[in-house]
Amino acid sequence: MSDKENNNKQDAGKVLIEELTAGPEGDSFWERAWNSVSIPLLAIFSGLVLGSILIAVTSESVWTAWAQSPWEAIKAAFMEVRIAYGALFSGSLGSPREIISAIQEGDPDQIRRAFNPILESLTASTPFIFASLAVALGFRSGLFNIGAEGQLFVGAIFSVFVGYSLVGLPAIIHIPLALLAGALGGAIWGFIPGWLKAKTGGHEVINTIMMNYIAFRLSDWLLSGPMQRPESFNPVSPTIMDSAKLPKLFGPPIRFHIGFFIALGVAWLVWWLLFRTRWGFDLRSVGSNPHAARYAGMSIVGSTVAAMSISGALAGLAGTNEVLGLNHFLAMAFSSGYGFDSIALALLGKSHPLGVVLASLLFGTLRTGALRMQVTAQIPIDIITVIQAFILVFIAAPAIIRTIFRIRGAEGPEEAITIRGWGGE
Amino acid sequence: MEPVLELRGITKRFPGVLANDQIDLDLYEGEIHALLGENGAGKTTLMNILYGLYDPDEGEIIVRGTEVDIQDPGDAIDVGIGMVHQHFMLIPVFTVTENVMLGEETLQYGDFLDRSSASKRIKEISEQYGLEVDPDAHVEDIPVGVQQRVEIIKLLYRQADILILDEPTAVLTPQEADELFKIMHSLTEQGKSIIFITHKLREVLDVADRITVLRGGKVVGTTTPKDADKNKLAEMMVGRAVQLGVDIEPAKPEDIVLEVQNLVVANERNQVAVDEITFEVREGEIFGVAGVQGNGQTELVEAVTGLRDVIDGSIHLLGEDIANADPRTITELGAAHVPEDRQRDGLILAFPVADNLVLNTYYQPPYTRGVVLQQDAIIETARERIEEFDIRTPSALTPTSSLSGGNQQKVIVAREFSRPIKLLVASQPTRGLDVGSIEYIHKRIVEKRDEGTAVLLVSPELDEIMELSDRIAVMYRGKIVAIVPRQEVTKEQIGLLMAGVSPEDVLESASEGSKKTPKDS
Repeated sequence: MSDKENNNKQDAGKVLIEELTAGPEGDSFWERAWNSVSIPLLAIFSGLVLGSILIAVTSESVWTAWAQSPWEAIKAAFMEVRIAYGALFSGSLGSPREIISAIQEGDPDQIRRAFNPILESLTASTPFIFASLAVALGFRSGLFNIGAEGQLFVGAIFSVFVGYSLVGLPAIIHIPLALLAGALGGAIWGFIPGWLKAKTGGHEVINTIMMNYIAFRLSDWLLSGPMQRPESFNPVSPTIMDSAKLPKLFGPPIRFHIGFFIALGVAWLVWWLLFRTRWGFDLRSVGSNPHAARYAGMSIVGSTVAAMSISGALAGLAGTNEVLGLNHFLAMAFSSGYGFDSIALALLGKSHPLGVVLASLLFGTLRTGALRMQVTAQIPIDIITVIQAFILVFIAAPAIIRTIFRIRGAEGPEEAITIRGWGGE
Repeated sequence: MEPVLELRGITKRFPGVLANDQIDLDLYEGEIHALLGENGAGKTTLMNILYGLYDPDEGEIIVRGTEVDIQDPGDAIDVGIGMVHQHFMLIPVFTVTENVMLGEETLQYGDFLDRSSASKRIKEISEQYGLEVDPDAHVEDIPVGVQQRVEIIKLLYRQADILILDEPTAVLTPQEADELFKIMHSLTEQGKSIIFITHKLREVLDVADRITVLRGGKVVGTTTPKDADKNKLAEMMVGRAVQLGVDIEPAKPEDIVLEVQNLVVANERNQVAVDEITFEVREGEIFGVAGVQGNGQTELVEAVTGLRDVIDGSIHLLGEDIANADPRTITELGAAHVPEDRQRDGLILAFPVADNLVLNTYYQPPYTRGVVLQQDAIIETARERIEEFDIRTPSALTPTSSLSGGNQQKVIVAREFSRPIKLLVASQPTRGLDVGSIEYIHKRIVEKRDEGTAVLLVSPELDEIMELSDRIAVMYRGKIVAIVPRQEVTKEQIGLLMAGVSPEDVLESASEGSKKTPKDS
């Protein structure tokens, strides 16, 4: 038995890469590992390079310097980009100097401030993780869930209701209950288009978009009616009970709460479900080739409904996380499009839970850093949106990346994608 | 005499593959030059280069003494090269004339189509070469064999004199194939030259003037039908001695395993595809269903395996009614299914070989405990199967998509044959496979039969049906027109039945046999 276990452990890494890549071939483990991450990494790199060009050409100081000489302009551009990206990184990851001096001084308040940027980045990444897991699970199951945003709203509505309406529960019961309510809300919103697809063939793309509108207007109505805060004129819900708030782990100003760890746990759970259980085998089979899945005796209807419901539950948790962890009440338009960005993130992460978590961390970090960049370098926050867009274009059109970096790509008669090392010829 | 077409040193590389390696080939006027080779030998790549679909990395193409640069199919037509693809490029709702004119429209009064002069030329061409076809018929209404003639006329209409026919007989009945060969001879007699691509040895020996064999992207050799026989050609193709034909002991049929009664099944367009079919398959016999593709065999197989709804009639497997049962129930009763389209139905190409080897048993112990997949059990089983069935794959975790067609089929065969099964439904089990793989899969099917499995074999390849079956049913337009023991029927008779000739006319001598068959075994 121990022999077998050993065997299994050796394979675990390989299996993971297989799951991540579903295609690439290589000779060694590391070659395969590189194959599966090379395109995303190079896409991020290319996005940042293009972003720096954009920063340079939109900078006034660069144009002023251009009037003197091209050389001055290049120097100015270099400065601009350094300031911008310096702010981006210190704003999202913290400045190493500050961290070291804070630890040397030993002042807890200073330490908290030094670590705040990186913890803020993790906090900002959390809803992305939940929502992009939702989309990724859909992709793996052959479904395009564009409705994550709506499911996120419904999840938030359910959880906030449980959060403020149940009084006197201990946190150990109230928090799980509110989380489950949020997941349930999202699941219902995913189940409906899933059921429609399975039973009537109604396409999930259309139906999830429609469900989004229903969710938005539903929340508008609830917030200005049944769920409106009694003493308020604004369309906001009552604040949830303290017992339903996700605990913060550090003192102010750090907003970091346990939602991040819940997200990591859920990511692991999704991985386990997809790649380690027979249910996941069903979902992935139906997603990859429904004809063969049917041949193998799997239920297409069951798989479709289950996948959409689970996907909805995950998206619901994204909204729940925001409500229970940060806002503590529901307001109109409280989500800044997590559900839509998550589609891109699922692609960036190759629909694998690990990849999706990494992609979400990247976007959370960029968003957090962009705020600092705006303050210290006067570079509009929108530049980050543009960089994100560049990255996604490169991901969606890997041929561009292959051409730029001369990665030998899929060509010729076989459809199989065989990316082999890069930089060679 | 100078060749009309010369290929010199053609080389084409794809990432990791040398598809064509220094290929030389020449074609003389009035010659049928067969290009023979297994799948992946480089035949199609070579022809696509000639037709301008790929650019060669090295080498030159010389037409009538002049080197030409063929960038696209238009250039090919300009120098007189035309190609009939395996899958026809016709528009079904257009008439024959319209299809032939397509892209080469003759106009009158400015921009109006001149159908009558085009149709006149089509009639001339069809008379000149014996290509009988009605120019005003709609393509969707004419049989496949005639559609193929339309494709040939299209080339002649564009004045092509070098014709490339890519696996032209794959879709034809034996009679239609014979007619095609007649047409090919009439074309060459009048100065046309033909490159005939195939992997069927018999046809090559029948019609070719010269035969060039490709293997692994290289020319193995050029020979003539006089100097070669089937075994020699097979050896050249595969690179080792091949035993053609399986030695089969007579069947010892026992109890009924599969019983189909008055079965009616519809196709996607809701038309009756299987019309009141009745037959049974017994333990230890191979029941072959012959027929030109599209005569209801696909629907029959899908109904038996639970993939298609049954409208009327009954299907019993080991006494259990399985009409409209779901595929898993049928599988668990002991049915195995080698599907017609292995990439669509039989495999999940993106999945590793190991997962595909347990595609319909993954949910049972030892592959699953509780709900958790047992990765080590799955991989261990995969390693055994890969060894036992000689599946050529770098590892059990390699995505199935990167295996060759033959090895993909072996994955399916390994999966289906390794379970304890009572009924094997094999639909075109050797479609598109090379000689070596065909031999292997045939042997395995016969082994299963000898172990007492009932085998329902469906194939449009008459050779395959004749070689393996103990009893043969011929399907025509959704009906079984005859069921005959193999010993009592000739290939020609089956061919006629496939073409719709009535059994009374065909089976005069064998009629006794056909009538008593359902009961005698």
